[in-house]
Amino acid sequence: MQFRTPIKQARGLGSAHHGATHWWFQRLTAIALVPLMLWFIVGVATVSSGGYLAAVAWLSAPFNAALMALVVGLVFWHGAMGIQVVLEDYVGCEALRQALIVLVKFVAVVLGAVGIISVLRVAVGG
Amino acid sequence: MQSDNRPLSPHLQIYRLPFTALTSISHRISGVLLCVGALVLVYWLTALAGGPRSYATANAVLGNGFVQLLMFVWTFVLFYHLCNGIRHLFWDAGYGFELETARKSGMAAIVAAGVLTLVAWIIALSV
Repeated sequence: MQFRTPIKQARGLGSAHHGATHWWFQRLTAIALVPLMLWFIVGVATVSSGGYLAAVAWLSAPFNAALMALVVGLVFWHGAMGIQVVLEDYVGCEALRQALIVLVKFVAVVLGAVGIISVLRVAVGG
Repeated sequence: MQSDNRPLSPHLQIYRLPFTALTSISHRISGVLLCVGALVLVYWLTALAGGPRSYATANAVLGNGFVQLLMFVWTFVLFYHLCNGIRHLFWDAGYGFELETARKSGMAAIVAAGVLTLVAWIIALSV
């Protein structure tokens, strides 16, 4: 039986110095995604009905390729951080919670990498 | 310390959620739905990178009427999360906490999301 409260155990150990990091990067990625998603929606809406060649031509332009790579990377970064907060709030069992958070981060990195590599392949004409 | 058997005051089951609480939980739900939408984005990009045949297949899948309906809903979910997210950023900066302001900004986020969704689909269908 543990009689000490969590705060008693943590007190005196000092700060880990990254308490606000998750919160801060969630906001930074959110701010970056506001203009990026507006560009993304207009771009995809314009190009989606034009067929394969129109889509390749659009995504081959360096500016579009760079922004699309950023969209993919930031969407999965921001998304993984958001899902992490949801899991932290609703999953009670600590082992399961930690396992799910790690799983979400791994899946986000893999899908983000696949998306960015696809953008690069179209952009450099693989 | 044992803390899981303390009495809880009744909350979610008893009180009718106020409008601001509904916009709050909607923000979270929309964020989770957008993560699902991100899978579609990766599918579309891999299909484009795969060449004309895989892109034609993806176009057929994504052009399906039911999928198009899902995409329309997803567009609204995206714009809602974007507009309501801006509202959250203002809160983070310390502005807009008054009840009346919070109610108005919530309404504004929903209306703006609806308008932006229509604009996006007008662009998509008129090109």
